[in-house]
Amino acid sequence: MVSSNTDIGYNSKVEGGVIVSKADAVINWIRTNSLWPMPMGLACCAIELMAAGASKFDIARFGAEVMRFSPRQSDVMIVAGTVTYKMAPVVRRIYDQMAAPKWAIAMGACASSGGMYRSYATMQGVDRIIPVDVYVSGCPPRPEALLDALIKLQDKVGTEASTSNLLKA
Amino acid sequence: MIAQELLAALQGVAPQTSERPSADCPAFNCPLDSLIPVLRALRDNHGYDMLVDATGLDNGVESSPRFTVLYHLLSTATHSYARIAADCADDETPLAPSAVELWPAAEWHERECFDLLGIKYENHPDLRRILMWDEYPHHPLRKDFPLAGHEEDLWDQEISDETGTKVISAPMMGGPFVAKSSKFENEREPRAKDESWNEKNPKPEGQSRK
Repeated sequence: MVSSNTDIGYNSKVEGGVIVSKADAVINWIRTNSLWPMPMGLACCAIELMAAGASKFDIARFGAEVMRFSPRQSDVMIVAGTVTYKMAPVVRRIYDQMAAPKWAIAMGACASSGGMYRSYATMQGVDRIIPVDVYVSGCPPRPEALLDALIKLQDKVGTEASTSNLLKA
Repeated sequence: MIAQELLAALQGVAPQTSERPSADCPAFNCPLDSLIPVLRALRDNHGYDMLVDATGLDNGVESSPRFTVLYHLLSTATHSYARIAADCADDETPLAPSAVELWPAAEWHERECFDLLGIKYENHPDLRRILMWDEYPHHPLRKDFPLAGHEEDLWDQEISDETGTKVISAPMMGGPFVAKSSKFENEREPRAKDESWNEKNPKPEGQSRK
């Protein structure tokens, strides 16, 4: 398993004094633990997404409970459901409106590959229009599967070279 | 019994009205130009006060008349249904009168029928597509339209240019996918109808996409 690069130098002898760490570790630690989702609920997967947000599964345990319906304030777009060609440009436009750094989860068979809808109206996978970081299988996936995807995304965010990316930008 | 009485009454409105084969409720064929008077008579004189469904039929590419419009009515007093069908004259750009003046509920039904079958309703207050996007050039429920669809540009040109993505015809891979009836659950899994080709084995040459 990939482990998060979030080890910060901690020593009880210098408690209240100094903490030495890497900028990447600090930035990634902050980012991984508050991934605010943009809920792109398009079909029945959105119901499981709601369940993941409710008390039984409680996505707040992973710092992702703040579902932002404004793309400006969100970090990860969770595409939950069937992406039709009529909706696809809207999905992309909302993704464009999200501030970087941003990630995307394709939740369920439809968002990942078009699922059972091999027809004229359905986009065959949302990765044709936005870059996807984590795919979740299932029709619909259980909330645990979404939480697993979120943890995988956290691991991925934890290994990013955030500082050099920031300096490059 | 009801069918015979209704037929006699409707022939008073439009003499060419005839009975239509039906497995359930009374059904009638009527000429297109007397469709609205017939519907009005059913509503005002026979208590069919509710429009349950307005839809259309594509009888097949070779058929003429090719398109039929259908109206399903319900009498909320007697709980009986009736079905009225009228054939469209033109097989390429079918025209039909709109029933919105009789039942406002017909508006969205007729928009759907226009969207998917391409039947144009005259005197419809707002005849736009309801499911597909406005610029879509086809009518997907016509018999000559393949399930996979045709290649098109996305309706948003900016997004289309940015992502280089188009509307593609869906990979059928031996589909459409159907569930066979069986008492074993693993055999009821949806499978491709034509399993001779899939992602690994290409489709045999010389077969059309339809």
